[in-house]
Amino acid sequence: MTQNQILFFQKFGITPNDLQRYLGEALSAGGEYADLYFEYLTSTSISVDEGIVKSASQGISAGCGVRVLSGERTGYAYTDDLAPEKILRAARTAALIARGPGQQPIEGFKNAEAHQLYQISSPSADADIAAKLELVMRADRAARAYDPRIVQVRGVYADELRQILVVGSDGTFASDIQPMARCSVVCIAKNDKSTAKGQAGGGGRVGLEFFEAEKTPEYFAQDAARQAIIQLDAREAPAGEMEVVLGPGWPGILLHEAIGHGLEADFNRKGTSAFAGLIGKRVASDKCTVVDNGTLPSRRGSINVDDEGAPTQNTVLIEKGILKAYLSDKLSSKLMGLPDTGNGRRESYEHIPMPRMTNTYMLAGEEAPEDIIRSVKRGVYAVNFGGGQVDITSGKFVFSASEAYMVEDGKVTAPLKNCSLIGNGPDALTKVSMVGNDLQLDEGVGTCGKDGQSVPVGVGIPTLKLDKMTVGGTAS
Amino acid sequence: MPANIEILSSTDIDLRELAADVVARAIKGGATAADAVVREGTEFSTVVRMGEVETLKEAGSRGIGLRVFLGKRVASTYSSDFSNEALEHLVRGALDLAKITSEDPCAGLPDSAELGSLPGELKLYHEDVYSLPPEQRIEYAKRAEKAAFDADPRIKNSEGGAFDASIGRRVLANSLGFVGDYQRSYCSILSVPIAQDENGAMQRDFWFSAARSLARLESPESVGREAARRAVRRLGARKIPSTKVPIVFDRTVAASVLGNIFDAACGDLIYRQSSFLADKLGEKIAGEHVTIIDDGTMPGGFGTTPFDGEGVPRRKTIVVENGVLKSYLLNTYTARKLGLTTTGNASRGLAGNPGLSEGNFFLQPGNHSQQQIIAGVKRGFFVTEFLGMGVNLVTGDFSRGASGLWIEDGELKFAVEEVTVAGNLKDMLNNISEIGSDLEFRSSTACPTLRIDGMTLAGE
Repeated sequence: MTQNQILFFQKFGITPNDLQRYLGEALSAGGEYADLYFEYLTSTSISVDEGIVKSASQGISAGCGVRVLSGERTGYAYTDDLAPEKILRAARTAALIARGPGQQPIEGFKNAEAHQLYQISSPSADADIAAKLELVMRADRAARAYDPRIVQVRGVYADELRQILVVGSDGTFASDIQPMARCSVVCIAKNDKSTAKGQAGGGGRVGLEFFEAEKTPEYFAQDAARQAIIQLDAREAPAGEMEVVLGPGWPGILLHEAIGHGLEADFNRKGTSAFAGLIGKRVASDKCTVVDNGTLPSRRGSINVDDEGAPTQNTVLIEKGILKAYLSDKLSSKLMGLPDTGNGRRESYEHIPMPRMTNTYMLAGEEAPEDIIRSVKRGVYAVNFGGGQVDITSGKFVFSASEAYMVEDGKVTAPLKNCSLIGNGPDALTKVSMVGNDLQLDEGVGTCGKDGQSVPVGVGIPTLKLDKMTVGGTAS
Repeated sequence: MPANIEILSSTDIDLRELAADVVARAIKGGATAADAVVREGTEFSTVVRMGEVETLKEAGSRGIGLRVFLGKRVASTYSSDFSNEALEHLVRGALDLAKITSEDPCAGLPDSAELGSLPGELKLYHEDVYSLPPEQRIEYAKRAEKAAFDADPRIKNSEGGAFDASIGRRVLANSLGFVGDYQRSYCSILSVPIAQDENGAMQRDFWFSAARSLARLESPESVGREAARRAVRRLGARKIPSTKVPIVFDRTVAASVLGNIFDAACGDLIYRQSSFLADKLGEKIAGEHVTIIDDGTMPGGFGTTPFDGEGVPRRKTIVVENGVLKSYLLNTYTARKLGLTTTGNASRGLAGNPGLSEGNFFLQPGNHSQQQIIAGVKRGFFVTEFLGMGVNLVTGDFSRGASGLWIEDGELKFAVEEVTVAGNLKDMLNNISEIGSDLEFRSSTACPTLRIDGMTLAGE
């Protein structure tokens, strides 16, 4: 047995026989498919504010969600008490979505083949709390040392360990132990004229050693401090359509908002997405190839299996500008006759899974980033973003730049105040005229919200130029 | 059909006793002070799409959070497991964790004298939210969707109609002897239709009604009709050239702007110098006709509770009076940091230190209807929806995606989309030129229609 199965089988006294019984109960009213999602989540968070450790918290949440599918209908119930009678009760409740003669689950489970994407010696969750604290203190010191104008620093280290077991009436049997760790820093800079904020952070499905060896607290702290200092002198951003260059990495949120959500299969099955019916059609310039890849080692958006027990995949969404695929979960793949791309995800046992992104990025092109900047007569170069949002039905999307600069006559000039960029998903990428050779993925801070459920995701792009996009500033 | 929700809730443990017991265990284990919060709730939700049930969900859940102090050090733990072994682990874990945190002179429970609970009936709990038989709940969702389809032939698709109901109970106990609890109910109807024009272009919008009592919920028909009206009026939306014009904010988007003001007035941002309202107490920050109030005592209010996340009674706080910033919104910690007194705005999740949350936060209504305000605009933009979160509370810089309707000679002319509205909250507060009479609470933050001048609309 894996460590995970030991947890659920021994700690909670669940046996394979019990699982068969719960699934049988879930199908007792005639459902076509049922699954059980067991989750045991531990998390830790430490924050340093004004140079002292103001907050430390740890917690455990555990529970089981029971889902029953009947045609397009989903019945769902959950319990945070893993006693057999409570799970049976949840199964009976979820069962009632169907009406018909009871069905039986397949006898016996088959272990899903899973990736091994979390290459860590031991999860951060098991590490000594004092070692985590030292990381945050280092971030605090580094930010303050960066510049005397840094007046406030807040650093957070947070990690979690999610253990899941998914069993389905079709014999699905998958388990995973998903580590996650993140270090983030917010700085406030002040001079006699203005106050400004900078923030940075990162991590992934990594252990504590990641922050010792690869991305140190100093790296994030100095970046947050740098942004805050730059913003002190920011001027009004322009308003209107112009050339926009996006820096590599996190600005890949463009893809997440402009096309990613619109390609989630549930919206397309229901015909509510602006991308419905566009498979095989051109939705981007031929320089654009975009994938959603849940199989990248150690990335925040990666998982060995999705929350329905399917191994994650590398799915080509757009190939040389042509729309190739939607992101699917079990329900949509069954109803649409599409392959299950392993994108069925959920926030927790309290939530119904649905198609979600993992790591969404554009493959590198051939241009040198400096040539891309040099080609711009008057436009905006945006390198850091806050969040974004999309209306998948109209296709309109927004993402908000937290670090951006004017580009004038091919040169990066003044820093700009925060401004939003707005566009139309189905044609935004048709305006991509140059793609850099410098693909980067983000640092590992992205959280995506859909229908009230949050899941960790990743994004990435090489430096990109869009010939036209609306910049939402105030200056003419 | 789903079974009655009651069966999933656990009523076998006295939660007040449990909270007090965990606090006592923490004190016995060496804590100098402690508080514990216990949460228990049940939920039911159904989504109907294209006339058929799409999802039915019902469940119950609970959790406990413990905060312990070792002198001026603090830490917290939480768990969804109420077994004796888990509670022991909870207490031990919190005490261990507190040893690594720092001495913080402002850390601590509220003063004893500040603790208490609002007297009287606050009308937060109505059993009727679960009184509908399961078939009727589904019927509510169906009716909300159908009403949208029936309202206009251009409603061609739908993300569904929904009915939700929930009941939650919360207990707070601390080592100063405070034990309080309250129960709240909630139900809502939602309709999300999609309108389509002759060219196939789609527009989605939604409308909802929410209440603490089923009896106060608007009819599914009125919710569906309003949702359809909102979706259809977006058809034919176009982008327009960038311009500086008066902006009229519909109530829902105005409430979103007011939510930014709440955040900016919260003590945690103030003491961290992270708000454009820092050091502005007593100064004029808005037009003379602008008064903003937080009132956590309104009976039946979405933001009403008898006490806040630290056991301090909710109260009414005038935040801005005739344009002058009168008060920040504070919990015990932020009050001590600023040398002020808590305003009873502590929020409390299971994890971490208390944060800040609004009671019922609103901008005092004016005299004109929304129609009159629009009629007074020669050329302008009526915003009905925001997209994205482009607000920087440190500087006040505001830049958000928007859609709505173009105003020409006082009338709504055509739909507009893919534009942004931008300005700075400092200026926006001073440039509120009209306040509607149409204040209505659909959640704990509410704002009448607002006209704000001097903002930039970015488009083509």
